Amino acid sequence: MEETTKRELVLSINGERRAVVARQAETLLFVLRDGLGLTGAKPGCLNGDCGACTVLVNGTPIKSCMMLAIETVGKEITTIEGLDDAPIQHAFVRHFAFQCGYCTPGFIMNAHALIERHPDADETTIQEWLEANICRCTSYQEIETAVKEALAAKKVETKF
Amino acid sequence: MAVGKSIIRKEAWDKVTGRAKYTNDFKEQGMLHAALVTSPYAHARILSVNVDKAIAAPGVRAVVTGEGLPLTGEDMRDRPPIAVDKVRYYGEVVAVVVADTLAQAEQAARLVRVVYEPLPAVGSPREALKEGAPLLHEHLDRYEKNKTTHPEPGTNVAHRTKIRKGNIEQGFAESDVIVETSVSFAPSDHIAMETRCATAEIWPDGTIHISASSQSPFMIKKLLHAYFGEETGKVIVHTPLVGGAYGGKAPVQLELLAYLASKAVDGRKVSVWNSREHDMVTSPVHIGLEATVKIGATRDGIFKAMEILFLFDGGAYSDKAIDVSRAAAVDCTGPYHVENVFCDSLCVYTNRPYATPFRSFGHCEQAFAVERAIDELARTLQLDPWEVRRKNAIRPGHTTPTQVRLNQSNVGDMPACLERLRELMRWDEWQRVELDAYTVRAKGISGGWKTSTIDTDASSGVILTFNSDGSVNVISGVVEIGTGTKTVLAQIVAERLKMDVDRVHVKMDIDTQTTPEHWKTVASRGTFMAGRAALAAADDAIRQLKEIAACVLRASPDDLEVGFGRVFLRDDPAIFLPIKDIAFGYKFPNGNAIGGQVIGRGHYILRHLTPLDPETGAGKPGPEWGVCAEGVEIEFNRRDYTYRIVKAYAVIDAGKVLNPKAALGQVMGAMSMGLSFASREGFLFDKEQRVLNPQLRTYRPIRFGEHPEYIVEFVETPQIDAPYGARGIGEHGLIGMPAALANALSLAVGVPLNELPLVPELIWRKQKGDSYGPV
Amino acid sequence: MVPFDFAYYRPQSIAEATALFAALERDGKRPLYYGGGTEIITLSRLNLVRTAAVIDMKAIPECRVLDASADPLVFGAALSLTELEEANPFPLLTKAAREVADRTARNQITLGGNICGQIFYRETALPLFVAEADVIVAGPYGVRQCRFNDLFHQQLQLGRGEFIVQFKVDRATATLPHFHRKRRKQGEVGYPLVTIAALKKDGAIRVAFSGVCPFPFRSAEVEAHLNDRSRPAAERIQAAVAAFPRPILHDIEGSADYRLFVAAKLLEDALRELGEEETM
Repeated sequence: MEETTKRELVLSINGERRAVVARQAETLLFVLRDGLGLTGAKPGCLNGDCGACTVLVNGTPIKSCMMLAIETVGKEITTIEGLDDAPIQHAFVRHFAFQCGYCTPGFIMNAHALIERHPDADETTIQEWLEANICRCTSYQEIETAVKEALAAKKVETKF
Repeated sequence: MAVGKSIIRKEAWDKVTGRAKYTNDFKEQGMLHAALVTSPYAHARILSVNVDKAIAAPGVRAVVTGEGLPLTGEDMRDRPPIAVDKVRYYGEVVAVVVADTLAQAEQAARLVRVVYEPLPAVGSPREALKEGAPLLHEHLDRYEKNKTTHPEPGTNVAHRTKIRKGNIEQGFAESDVIVETSVSFAPSDHIAMETRCATAEIWPDGTIHISASSQSPFMIKKLLHAYFGEETGKVIVHTPLVGGAYGGKAPVQLELLAYLASKAVDGRKVSVWNSREHDMVTSPVHIGLEATVKIGATRDGIFKAMEILFLFDGGAYSDKAIDVSRAAAVDCTGPYHVENVFCDSLCVYTNRPYATPFRSFGHCEQAFAVERAIDELARTLQLDPWEVRRKNAIRPGHTTPTQVRLNQSNVGDMPACLERLRELMRWDEWQRVELDAYTVRAKGISGGWKTSTIDTDASSGVILTFNSDGSVNVISGVVEIGTGTKTVLAQIVAERLKMDVDRVHVKMDIDTQTTPEHWKTVASRGTFMAGRAALAAADDAIRQLKEIAACVLRASPDDLEVGFGRVFLRDDPAIFLPIKDIAFGYKFPNGNAIGGQVIGRGHYILRHLTPLDPETGAGKPGPEWGVCAEGVEIEFNRRDYTYRIVKAYAVIDAGKVLNPKAALGQVMGAMSMGLSFASREGFLFDKEQRVLNPQLRTYRPIRFGEHPEYIVEFVETPQIDAPYGARGIGEHGLIGMPAALANALSLAVGVPLNELPLVPELIWRKQKGDSYGPV
Repeated sequence: MVPFDFAYYRPQSIAEATALFAALERDGKRPLYYGGGTEIITLSRLNLVRTAAVIDMKAIPECRVLDASADPLVFGAALSLTELEEANPFPLLTKAAREVADRTARNQITLGGNICGQIFYRETALPLFVAEADVIVAGPYGVRQCRFNDLFHQQLQLGRGEFIVQFKVDRATATLPHFHRKRRKQGEVGYPLVTIAALKKDGAIRVAFSGVCPFPFRSAEVEAHLNDRSRPAAERIQAAVAAFPRPILHDIEGSADYRLFVAAKLLEDALRELGEEETM
């Protein structure tokens, strides 16, 4: 393997600047997990199909297995480790919206972005966003309940 | 106090913050990575394996191939851990490349040159049983096996279970009508979101450290001994949280590869981590089935005889597929009283990925066959399918297919489940209704039952220790695979110690050196077995606490109670000692001490289980039969053959619900998995038996928004010897879903739909009268 | 995970991109233009793509233009599908985009990437076919404009080193009555069995298909049959389906005859929704 394609990247993650040396062909997921020890984003398929590795890049949910780390230089990355007591986390706990927990970080990041972007999201929008993640343990009904509760709370909050 | 409440799972906040760690999250400097080289053929002779280029590639430390390795398999040793001479399924491992980085290993894996000579591939059980079908295992007679495995050398039959109860000829002779139904589906997959992963490291002192995403950490120890002669005391298996399992992580596969790979690099730590594609086809899968059910009944729908043939598609190696085929036989009739039963259940070798347990362990498969047949019988007799099930529902006093006499405790209340389902579904109002020219709504139902056919000597142990503040630690060998069992154990302990469940801590991960054994985290036996062990451990701790307190309080232990963080006098609770003051021995004011650390220990071993009689199947396979009645309501479009699952119902006899929200989650999750399997999942094979959809891009489980509304209720008929009466509930939600969906759609369309998955094209073809086969 | 190494370039202009391509090509790097990157990463891990250099298009200003006030409308090739959906300058394109992959993936997938990729469904091409879009192409010989329908015949007819900068669609066309439907084997996410995009201009229906053949297409013959009002709708559809190019896809998503059945049903829907029911 040619070492020449490695490069130092300075990434802005969860509000911190982090320097990491990585191959230019390396995906964000592997740099987060192996280079920076942020193992909250999970590899589920490495093919963009399951959503377990979802993180936010400039507030937009992105499958980190499908984006090169080098593309995110100069952007704000938020991983599950960067969520601070978000309402969606509480809602997930309260409504038993996970079991094994492996898809949970990806689901929560996506749902969190949805709530921030579209506090007024209707059924169609909720489905359109959340069908990007696969959960194999729950029936999705629990997740639906949690997300709707967090959305309702956000609506109340944005009214005042 | 704690039992019966929706206690939040102990590891909840770890899981919503990304702090929860799974096997592949433990990163270590210097750890090596493995890539698997797998077969592009389903059946081929291996003429040569050339690893020269791969070994020379950058970063490569070793390439492991299959020569000289022992055969493996839990019931019958028929599988080389790495293929030699022959590959028997698409995706079978032929070499393992070990390198400094995963990327280097992947790159080098592409440089391993294997020359194959393709052989004709066997594609389904019926094909495999045909005269002259290619044999997968020429030396079936030579394989080492346990006493309960009965292969048929010279054929592709790995095992046959026979159930002979009553007199089948007489049963059919007494029948007014006989209905025969055949069903089939191909193998599919578990799709745990965490793909399987194992690491191995061999220390200079000879200890072997394995980390594995596994339901069977204790079995790994035993198998490394059985296969490779390693001392069990020197094998230490670590299992952190597991990201979904559903039976798929019960078998031991990657652990063996990690061990072999570590051995090849002087014991350095090696990680073997499945890609999604390998996880789907290289690692074991959900079994396929071809079955024929013949039911004889009286005119008013009373079952007189059932003759059942299960041909399970065990794939290339028998692994746990033998057990699955046996489990389906044991409960072959479903939760119905049938006096005359004749069942042959075969585990058949085919050139397909090999099968292993899948949630419900042969029972959603069994139910799909029998419950479709029951609906066909009802249709033939023009009877209400619900009524037919009610009339034949199993009850205390009846016997099971393996001739176990049922009583008030060892079987749930099937009539009550059916009755409640009828009310919830408003069954009597309508079963099929046309909303407009194209839209039809229809309902379908299914019964289900299950006992756990597990090893007759399976056991579980629990240790309780105390902290200096009087709080308790629960140490159990149950793996937290997502079912929340460890939280339930905390509830059970809190209830028995009459203390706040927040002060009962659980050790989440497993270390086989320090955690007492729990046989395997399978078969919905976690709460039952580990729960019994936890109760025993709590009682043991209580006895010790009372002993010390008795001395200090100068009272008989018989007059003492433990609860609320204290040991107190039963008739005068004002006289007490805090647990924290005695859990590590009691120190008198003058400095003298008595007692010592309180360590509660408890264990449970299943009792009175027996192997099945090889000729009649008579025997006691499991401790109890949990029952359920389930239903599905669909909306079908007659114009374009699409449909929507509107509602899904389950009524399950839980014995006692220990944690309502967790229980609901288990049941709804299982229902979702069953509906996903029945409506869209399954491997597609080409004529050479290569899997065409080993990716989530093309094998698409149900997603958010495609889910129906779930309606779940519990009946509570206690199992007397279970903790607080609780029965296993983690699997029942799945059992009836495929059959109920197929029954609803068959009614809507007016054509028997006996194959899975029920995609619109299948329905279209069936209505046209075409067959629907592989591409 | 991309198991092999490549170098990543992020040119700031069209000229820089084409010059980079030429230089990397000379060095034997077999460069690839890189949009959202999802397909390159996916195919790399399966060993179906190999390159020593990728050229990211997302910093080229022209590729990022989204001008909904201009006539014609201008869409840069490096816009993500969700950016197009949210701005919604061309509702039929929005509908087509919305059915590709899933929303998170579409935050990355670009319009250009969806159309230029190897995966043959390329469903966002359908609205551009029926809108008779123009396309701006840059390459070693400079920038040229051509009709999308001339550039795309089963395959995209781009020369080595060329890339799509922008698409242009007449404002009036973008707001015409239209129809879009995607049917999958089962469920709401995944590759199509059949996708249809249609619009009605000057009383004539234009229609394009994906999932029917191993390439998306619009066919004059198919449209002629569909617009033949001398015949009842059922016959028009039957003739249109019979005129589909070959081969009809027959794979794990569905058999050829089932796809034709589904296509016919979707054409019925399209005709009805585009106001042809009086003739049905």
